[in-house]
Amino acid sequence: MRIPPKITQVIAVAILGTATFLTVVILVFIIGFVLSKGLPGVNAEFLLSAPKDMGRAGGIFTTLVGTVLLPLVAVAIAFPLGVGTAVYLSEYTRETQLTRALRFGTDCLAGIPSIIFGLFGFIFFVVMLKMGWSLLSGGLTLAIMVLPTIIRTSEEAIRSVPNSYREVSFSLGATRWETVLKVVLPNALPGIVTGVMLAIGRSIGETAAVIFTAGSSLRMPSSVFDSVRTMSVHFYILATEGISDEKAYATAAVLILSVLLVNLAAYGMMHRFISRRAR
Amino acid sequence: MKFNGEKIAKYSLMLVAFSALASLLLIAVFILKEGVPFMFKVGLKDFLFSSDWNPQAGKFGIYPMIVASLYVTFGAMLIGAPLGVAGAIFLNEFVPKSVMRVIKPTIELLAGIPSVVFGFLGVMVLAPMIRSYMGGPGLSVLAAAIILGIMVLPTVISISTDAIAAVPNSYREGALALGATRWQSVHMVIIKAARSGIIASIILAMGRALGETMAVIMVAGNTVKIPQTVTDPVRTLTANIALEMANATGLAREALFATGVVLFVVIMILNAIALSAIKSRVRKK
Amino acid sequence: MIPLHPIKISVTDFHVYHEKDEALRGLNLEVRAHRILGIIGPSGAGKTTFLRALNRLNDLVPEMHVEGRVLLDGQDIYHPDFDVVSLRKRVGMLFALPVALPMSIYENVVYGPRLSGVRDRTRLNEIVERSLKSAFIWDEVKDRLQMSGLRLSGGQQQRLCLARVLAMEEMEVILLDEPCSGLDPISTAKIEEALTILKSRYTIILVTNNTKQAARVADETAFFLSGEMVEYGNTEQIFTVPRDVRTNDYVTGRFG
Repeated sequence: MRIPPKITQVIAVAILGTATFLTVVILVFIIGFVLSKGLPGVNAEFLLSAPKDMGRAGGIFTTLVGTVLLPLVAVAIAFPLGVGTAVYLSEYTRETQLTRALRFGTDCLAGIPSIIFGLFGFIFFVVMLKMGWSLLSGGLTLAIMVLPTIIRTSEEAIRSVPNSYREVSFSLGATRWETVLKVVLPNALPGIVTGVMLAIGRSIGETAAVIFTAGSSLRMPSSVFDSVRTMSVHFYILATEGISDEKAYATAAVLILSVLLVNLAAYGMMHRFISRRAR
Repeated sequence: MKFNGEKIAKYSLMLVAFSALASLLLIAVFILKEGVPFMFKVGLKDFLFSSDWNPQAGKFGIYPMIVASLYVTFGAMLIGAPLGVAGAIFLNEFVPKSVMRVIKPTIELLAGIPSVVFGFLGVMVLAPMIRSYMGGPGLSVLAAAIILGIMVLPTVISISTDAIAAVPNSYREGALALGATRWQSVHMVIIKAARSGIIASIILAMGRALGETMAVIMVAGNTVKIPQTVTDPVRTLTANIALEMANATGLAREALFATGVVLFVVIMILNAIALSAIKSRVRKK
Repeated sequence: MIPLHPIKISVTDFHVYHEKDEALRGLNLEVRAHRILGIIGPSGAGKTTFLRALNRLNDLVPEMHVEGRVLLDGQDIYHPDFDVVSLRKRVGMLFALPVALPMSIYENVVYGPRLSGVRDRTRLNEIVERSLKSAFIWDEVKDRLQMSGLRLSGGQQQRLCLARVLAMEEMEVILLDEPCSGLDPISTAKIEEALTILKSRYTIILVTNNTKQAARVADETAFFLSGEMVEYGNTEQIFTVPRDVRTNDYVTGRFG
C-alpha cells in the first residue's frame, strides 16, 4: 500500500523538526549550562583582580589583559598587511592566473588547523627567532592565522563598491590612489571592519596556537616580549589540571560572553553595511 | 609631483602584498621543509603504517593516531551531517522567515564558542555518562565523536542553508504547481539542486573536525592504541602534535612536522574538493 | 554673420579598437569652442566610445587601444607625455545614469577642487554655491548641503553631477553621455536650459538618443553609424537637408 504523500510529509517534517529541535536544544544547553554554573562567580572583583594561587583564588584580570592585547597585536600586524594586499589585488592588478592561484592558496590556508600554526609559531618564532613565549610570538602567529580571512573579506568589500563610483572619480581627475583613498576604501570600510571583528572573535577563542606561542604567564605583561595568558588558555589550564571547577566555569562564562559580544558587534556592523547599500 | 605619489602608492602596496603572501608561503614552506625530509629518513611506510610510537626509542609509527583521527572524524560526521542537513532543510523550507531570522544568527553565534569549552563540557558531562552507561573510562572515541559532531553543526547548517536558499524559487513553485507537497518538492527537487553545496558543507566540516585539537585532547583519552570499541580511549594526530610538542627535539620534532604535513595535505585536498564543488554549482547556473 | 569659433578639439584619422574589433573607424571631426555639438545615432554606433576617448576614460579598459590623433587646443592628448589627470580636469563628463558619490551634496561638489588642492573653506563654499547655481539646482538644495547626494531624485542627481563638473576651475569642455535618458521632461528641460547658457563659457559635446533633443539644443550635429561618422554639420542642415541618405533615414525615424 502506498503511503499518501500528505502522510509522508508529516513524518518527514516531524523527523526534520525533531533533528532541528535537538540541535537547538543542545547548543542552547551548552551556553545555558556554562552560564548558569559560571555567572554566579562573575563579578567586578573577579574581572578586576589578578589570579592568585595558580588560579585557585582571585580573578582573571591579567588574563583579560592578555585576551585583549594578543588579538590587538595580531590585528595591528594583519590589518595593514591584509587590507593593503586586498587593495593591491583588486585595484592594481588584473585578473590573471597568478591572482587566481594566489586567491586559491589563501583560501586553502584558511582551512589549516590551528595546532599546525601553533607548531609553526613555536618552532619558528619562539625557538628559532628566540622570541620566546611572548605577546610578539603569539601575535605574529595569530596574525598569520587571520591574514587569509582579512584578505578575503576585504577583497569582497572592495569589490562590492560599484564601478561607477570609480569612473566618476577618475573622470573628475583623480589618480588611482586618490580614488582608492577617497571613494573605494571609505565605502568598503564597514565590510572590512566586519571581517576584522570576526577575526578577533576567532582569536579570542583560540587556544592551540596561543598556548604554544604566547605561553601562560599569569603576570601582567610589561612589553611585547613578555609572555601572557589569555582567558581560553587559563580556562584550559584550570580545567585540565583540576585546579578549580568553580573558577573554570566562571572563566568560561566570561569567555563565551566576550565572543558573543564581538560577534554581535560584527553582525551589527554588517547589517548597517547592507542597509546603507540599499539606500 | 602627483606621479611620484602614484608610484609610491603603487609600489608600497605591491610590497605589502608580497610581504603578506610571502609570510603565508613561509609557513607552508617551513612545515614542508621540516616534515618531508623526515618522511624519507624514516620511510613513509614505517611512518604511516607502524603502530610503534616511541620517540625516545626512535620509533615514529603514527598508524594508531591516523586510525583515531579517522574514526573520530567519521563518527563526528555521522552525528553532525544528518543533524546539520536536516536542520538546514527544516529551517529553510518549513519554518517561517521570521523564526529563521532569529535562529540562524543564534546558530552562527554559537559557532564562536571556544573549543575548550566544548571539551570541558565533554569531560564534565558527557564522559561520566558514557562511563556509567557503556563502561570504559568515558574519555573515548565516542566522547570525541559526539563533541566534534556538535562542534561542526554550525558549519554544516550554515553552508547547507546557503546552498538551499540559493535554489531559485522557480524550482519550488514549479514543483508545487505540479501538485507536489512541500516535502516532495524538497526531496525531489531542492535537495538535488543544492546537493553540491550540501556536500561541500559536509566536506568542509570534516576538515574542521580533522583539525580540531583542544576539545579532542580533553575528551578522547590520549592513549596511543588502535581502538577496538567506541569506548576505547584514543589519541588523534592533532592531539599527538600538541602533547609531544614541548618535549620534542631533533628527530622527534621533525616527526611532528611530518604529522603536520599529513594533516595539511589531507585538509587541503578536502577543502579543494569542497571549494570546487561549490564553484561548479555556481558555474552550472 | 556669426564669427567662426576657434577649434577646440580636432580629431584626425582616429580609430579605437577593443581587442581585435574596431569600435571607431577613421574619425575626422572638428569641435568648435563655445558651441554645442550633438552626436546622434543608434545604439552601438560608437558614440559613447568616442566620448570616452576624449577624456581618455577608455584607458581604464586595458583591452582598448587607439590610433590617430586627438588634439585639444593643439596638443595631442594621446601623446605619452600628456598628463591624463590634468586632461580630465579640463574635459569633464556626465554619465547616462546619474552617479552621485556616496557623500554629502557639498562633498560631491568639492570633490574635484579638493583634488586640486583647494583647502580654504570660504573658497570652497563659494565654489559650491556658484556651481550649484550654474546647474540650476541651488535653490532646491541650499538648505541641505550636508544631506547625502544619494537621497536626491534622478533629475536632481544629474544636475548635481553637472555642478560637480562645473566646480572644477580648469574645466573647458563638458562631455555628456545621454544625460537625460532616465529623466522626466522637467528635469530634461532644466538641463537643456543650463547647457544653452553654459556654452558661452564651455565647449559642450552632447551624445543623445533623442534626435529632438539634438535639434533643440545643438549648434552642430554629427551622425554616427556602426563606428563611423557618417555626416557632420550645422544642426539645421542635418535635420532638414542631410547630404547622406542614411542620415536622412535616421532623422526621419525610418530606423532608430
